[in-house]
Amino acid sequence: MQELVKRAKELLADGTVTRVLGWKKGDLAYNPEPAFFENEEALSEFVYDSFCGANLSKYMIEASKKEGKTLVFLKPCDTYSFNQLLKEHRVLREKAYIVGVGCAGKISAEKMKEAGISGILEVEGADALNPSETLKVKTLYGDKEVSYKDVMLERCHVCKGKDHMIYDEIIGESRDTLDGDRMEKVREIEAMSPEEKFAFFQSELSRCIRCNACRNVCPACSCRKCVFDSTKFDSAQKANVDSFEEKMFHVIRAFHVAGRCTDCGECSRVCPQNIPLHLFNRKLISDMNEFYGEYQAGADAETKGPLTAFTQDDIEPSEARERG
Amino acid sequence: MPVEKEFRPKIVAFCCNWCSYAGADLAGSSRLGYPADVKIIRVPCSCRVNPMFILRAFEKGADGVILCGCHPGDCHYSTGNYYARRRMTLLFSLLDYLGVEEGRTRVEWVSAAEGVKFSTVMNEFVDKIRSLGENVRLGDLRCKN
Amino acid sequence: MQRIGVFVCHCGSNIAATVDVKRVVETVKKEQGVVHAEDYPYMCSEAGQALIAAAIKEKNLGGIVVCSCSPRMHEATFRKAAERAGLNPYMVEIANIREHCSWIHKDMEEATEKAVILARAAIAKVHLNSHLQPGESLVTKRALVIGGGIAGIQTALDIAEAGYEVDIVEKTPSIGGRMSQLDKTFPTLDCSACILTPKMVDAAAHEKINLYTYSEVESVSGFVGNFSVDIRKKARFVDMNKCTGCGLCQEKCPSKKAKSEFNRGLNTRSAIYTPFAQAIPNVPVIDTESCVKMKTGKCGLCEKVCQAGAIDYSQKDEIITEKYGAIVVATGFDTINLDQYGEYAYNESPDVITSLELERVMNAAGPTKGHLERLSDGKAPKEIVFIQCVGSRCDDHRGKPYCSKICCMYTAKHAMLIRDKYPDVNVTVFYIDVRTPGKNFDEFYRRAVEEYGVNYIKGQVGKVVPQPDGSLLVQGSDLLDGKQIKMRADMVVLATAIEPEAGVRKIATMLTASIDTNNFLTEAHPKLRPVESPTAGVFLSGVCQGPKDIPETVSQAGAAAVKVIGLLAKDKLLTNPCTAESDTLLCNGCSVCQNVCPYGAIGYEDKEVNDHGIRETRRVAVVNSALCQGCGACTVACPSGAMDLKGFSNRQILAEVDAICR
Repeated sequence: MQELVKRAKELLADGTVTRVLGWKKGDLAYNPEPAFFENEEALSEFVYDSFCGANLSKYMIEASKKEGKTLVFLKPCDTYSFNQLLKEHRVLREKAYIVGVGCAGKISAEKMKEAGISGILEVEGADALNPSETLKVKTLYGDKEVSYKDVMLERCHVCKGKDHMIYDEIIGESRDTLDGDRMEKVREIEAMSPEEKFAFFQSELSRCIRCNACRNVCPACSCRKCVFDSTKFDSAQKANVDSFEEKMFHVIRAFHVAGRCTDCGECSRVCPQNIPLHLFNRKLISDMNEFYGEYQAGADAETKGPLTAFTQDDIEPSEARERG
Repeated sequence: MPVEKEFRPKIVAFCCNWCSYAGADLAGSSRLGYPADVKIIRVPCSCRVNPMFILRAFEKGADGVILCGCHPGDCHYSTGNYYARRRMTLLFSLLDYLGVEEGRTRVEWVSAAEGVKFSTVMNEFVDKIRSLGENVRLGDLRCKN
Repeated sequence: MQRIGVFVCHCGSNIAATVDVKRVVETVKKEQGVVHAEDYPYMCSEAGQALIAAAIKEKNLGGIVVCSCSPRMHEATFRKAAERAGLNPYMVEIANIREHCSWIHKDMEEATEKAVILARAAIAKVHLNSHLQPGESLVTKRALVIGGGIAGIQTALDIAEAGYEVDIVEKTPSIGGRMSQLDKTFPTLDCSACILTPKMVDAAAHEKINLYTYSEVESVSGFVGNFSVDIRKKARFVDMNKCTGCGLCQEKCPSKKAKSEFNRGLNTRSAIYTPFAQAIPNVPVIDTESCVKMKTGKCGLCEKVCQAGAIDYSQKDEIITEKYGAIVVATGFDTINLDQYGEYAYNESPDVITSLELERVMNAAGPTKGHLERLSDGKAPKEIVFIQCVGSRCDDHRGKPYCSKICCMYTAKHAMLIRDKYPDVNVTVFYIDVRTPGKNFDEFYRRAVEEYGVNYIKGQVGKVVPQPDGSLLVQGSDLLDGKQIKMRADMVVLATAIEPEAGVRKIATMLTASIDTNNFLTEAHPKLRPVESPTAGVFLSGVCQGPKDIPETVSQAGAAAVKVIGLLAKDKLLTNPCTAESDTLLCNGCSVCQNVCPYGAIGYEDKEVNDHGIRETRRVAVVNSALCQGCGACTVACPSGAMDLKGFSNRQILAEVDAICR
C-alpha cells in the first residue's frame, strides 16, 4: 500500500496527474470507499486492503470531464470495465493514468457475516497483496478466526485472471484465486423445472427494495439517464402504481448490459438484500458464448459485442430453446 | 353450477411492415382464418421490437407475444432481422431461465407470400397459449407476498 | 390531447358483413379524445375522402383514424386526403379491420370486438403522432463509377448518354478490365477485343465521361445525392498531355523483366509500359519497382528517347476531391489463389494453368502469339484435360461455397476452340455438373460434345502428378461408370473459381455498403432491388455483386445506370420523415447505435448541451436523415432510450400494446 501512495505522490508532484482516484478508509474496519484525492496531504486517508473490492472504472466517467489527468488504481478485473467504457466513449484514455494494482482476491463483511462473524472491530491479515491465510478478527463478541478463502467474494473464486487488460504501469503481483466454475449456478438453475426456476427467482427478487444500488455501481449502467427514470418508455417510477419496473427492472437491466457486462460482480457485491444479480448477467454471457462464440466484454476496446454483430446462420430462438 | 368461461387469450403479434404484415394481409385476402385473439402491431422491421415492448405486453396482461419478420437474408433493411434474432434468442432464453413457461413467446419468419404460413403459425400459437392458460407468472414476476 | 376523428369503412360488404360497423362507431366515440366518428360504405372513394376532409375542417380534427383495409393498400390515399384538408399527413393512422379482421373471422361478435380493439390501438397511437415533414436535400448531378471494366464502361456510357457527367476511377493504367484479357466470348465466339475496344473508345471519347486511370478511391464521405470522394491519382511519371503514345520508350526500356500483369505473369514487360496494345489511355506508366532510374538514379533512357518530353520522374501522387450524387461499384473479380490446391500441381508445373491464363495463351497478342503450346517446352500439346469447379462449390475453407457460374461455358468454349483449330488434340473435361442456363448456352455445350467430340467425364480429379518425361498424370474418377481413371495429359487447365477483386472490402467499408461472407456486395433486396446497395445512392454493377457472364454484366450495368439516372434526374430528394432521432440530453455517445446501423446514417458530434443547468460538451449521436431508412435497429440497441424512431416511437408502440392488452 505504501508503494501505491509513494507512486501517487510522485505522479502528483511531477505533474503527470492532477488527482488520484483510489479508496479511502471508511468509518469501520471493513468499509473503505472510492475517493478522489486532490493533493498529497489527502493521501493520508488512502487505503488499499482486501476490502477494496470497489471497481473504480465508473468514476473515471466523471474524472474524464475534469481538467488534467487522473491517476486511477485498477485491479485486473476492473480493467475490463475500463476498456468497455473506453469502447463506448464514456471515458477518455488520455485523461487516465492507469496504475494496475495487484489483487489477491477481495473479501467482504457480508461474507464474514455468512461465515458467522459479526460485530467486526478490527481485522488482522487483510493485506491487499499478501493476505494471511487465516484472518484474525476482533469483534464485539470476542476474537475470531476465519479462513481468507471462506470470506472471499464469489467473483474472486471465479476470477478472470491476473492480467491487466489496460494500464500504464503495474504495481504489485496478483494471486491466483480461481477455484470454481462461474457458470455452475447458472447450470444448476437451467436444470430446474420451470416451477422451480420461478420459485427460485421469485424468492430472490421479492427481496428487491429498488434501492438502485446495483444500477448505480454497475460500470455498464452508465447512462446519463436511466430508461427507468425517463419518460421515453412511460416506465418512469410512479408511486403506488403496479408499474413495469417493479417487475421487469432486473430483466431489462440485464438485457441492457448484455454484451457489455464484463461480469465484474459489483451488482451482487453491493446489493443490500444479497440478491445474486450476477446470475442474470451470467446466463446471458453463457448464452452468448454458446451461441455466438466466446466473448469477453472489455478484453479490448475495439471488438464488437455479440448484440451489435450477427452471422447469417445464427441460431434461431426456437432452436436455442430446444437446446437450453 | 356456474359454467367456467372459455379462456380467450390476449395475443400481441409484432409484424414487420415489409414481409410479415404483408403476409398477414395475404392470409386475409386468401380468407385463411385464425382466432381473433391475435392482434397485430405494425413495426417497420423486426429489429424495431424492443424487449421492453414484449415485457410491457405481458405486464399489461398479454398471454402470448409473437414476433414476425422477413426471413433471414430477406430483410428489407438487409440486416434488421439478424439483430432481432439475436435479441429474441437471448430474451426468450432469459425468460425461460426465470421460469416463465416456454411457448409464451415465439419468433417466426413469414414472407409476404406466405399467407398460409401466417395463418398456420397464428393458429398454432393460439392453441399453444390456450393450452398454457392465463399468464400469471410474467404478469407478476415479483409477487410481493 | 388531440381532437380525433374515426372513420369506419364498410368496404361494401367486405367489412360490414362481418363487423358491426355501427357498433364500432358508437364504441369508439367513448374513447378519450374522439370528437367525431362515422361510417361510410367506401371510405377510399372520392365521396368518402370528401367526408373525411369535411370532418377535419368542421371539427378541427388534429388526428384521424381510418378503420378500413390494410395500410399497405390505402394509407397513402388517406394521407393525401388529410393533407388536402390541411392536416399533416402523418397524423393519419389506419386500423386494418379488413385483412386482419373481417376477412378472417366469421363470428360477427368476435370480429366487431376485435375491430374495436384495433381501432383503439390506432387511436392510442395517433394521440402520440407528431407533425412530420419530409426533409429535402439537393442532388449533385454527377456520378462516380468505380472500376473500368465492361461493367463500369457500360454503366458510364449509359449514364453519360442521358446527359450526366460521369467519372470512371480505374486502378490499373487502362480501362478494359477482365474482358480485355479474354480471347473469344461464348456462345457466339466473337473476339472479345473486337467488341470491347469500340466501347472503350466510346467511353474515352465521350464528352461527359472523364477517366481517372491508374487511380484509386481514397475516401468517401457524404450521403445520397451529396457524396464527396477523394481520388488518388497515382504518379504515372508520364505527362498525359504530352505523351503521344508512340511506344518508343517501351521499346528502348532496358528493364524488361517485370511480369506482365495483363498476361497473368506468363511473360514479361518493360518497366515503362502500357498493359496492352489497345490500352486506353494509350499513355504508359513507370513501374517504380522495376525501373532502373527509380531504383538507382541511373538510366533515364526513356526520357532521352521521348520526343514529346513527356517523361517526368518527379511526378507525385495527387489527391483530387470530387462531388457526386451517385456512386456505382463495378470492381469486378479475380481468380482465387491456388496455393491451397497442391493436388493440381499448379505451382509445380507450368503446364497446369488457369482458364484465364489459357485465354492469354490462345490470344494472338498473348505470350505465345496465339499458338497453343506448352509453357514448359513450347511443344504442341496432344492431350488436354480441363478440370471444372476448382475452388467453386467447395465446402471446405480452401474454396468458395458458390458456383462461379461462368466456368462451364468458357470451358466448353475453350474445348471447342481447341478442337476446331487443332483437330488432332484430344480434349477431356472433368465436371461435377454442367450448368448451362442461358440463351443458346445448352446448344453451345452440346455442340462441343456432339460436333467437336469433346470428352466430358462426370467426376472429380483427385491429383495431377508431373511426370519425369514432362507430361502430367491425371488421376480422377468417373462417377457414371464408377471407375478410377488415370490418364496422361500434356496440359491441364483449371476452371478456377472467381472471387470479388481484393480491394472491394475496403471500398465497401468506405461506402458503408454491406458485403456478404464471400465479399460480394449485398443488394438492397436480393430479388426486387438487385442493382442497388442498401446504402442509398450506391449501386452495383457486374461481378462485384455476384458471379455473372458478360451479357448479364452488361444488363446489370444498364440497370444500375438507369437507377443512377433516375436519381440524378431529381433536383431534390424528399427524405422519409420516419427516421431515427437521438435525444441529445439522453445520449451517452456510446456508439452502439452506429454499430448496428446498416446505412452508416449515424455519426457523432461534440455538442454543447445544457442539461438542466449543467453546461458541458458531450459526444452525441446525430442521425443523418437523408441516409436513415427508418428500420429502428438503433432504437433497440440504445441502452438509454435516447434513440427513437419518428412515426414508430417507443411511446407510440407502447400505447398500441397497452390498448390491445387493456
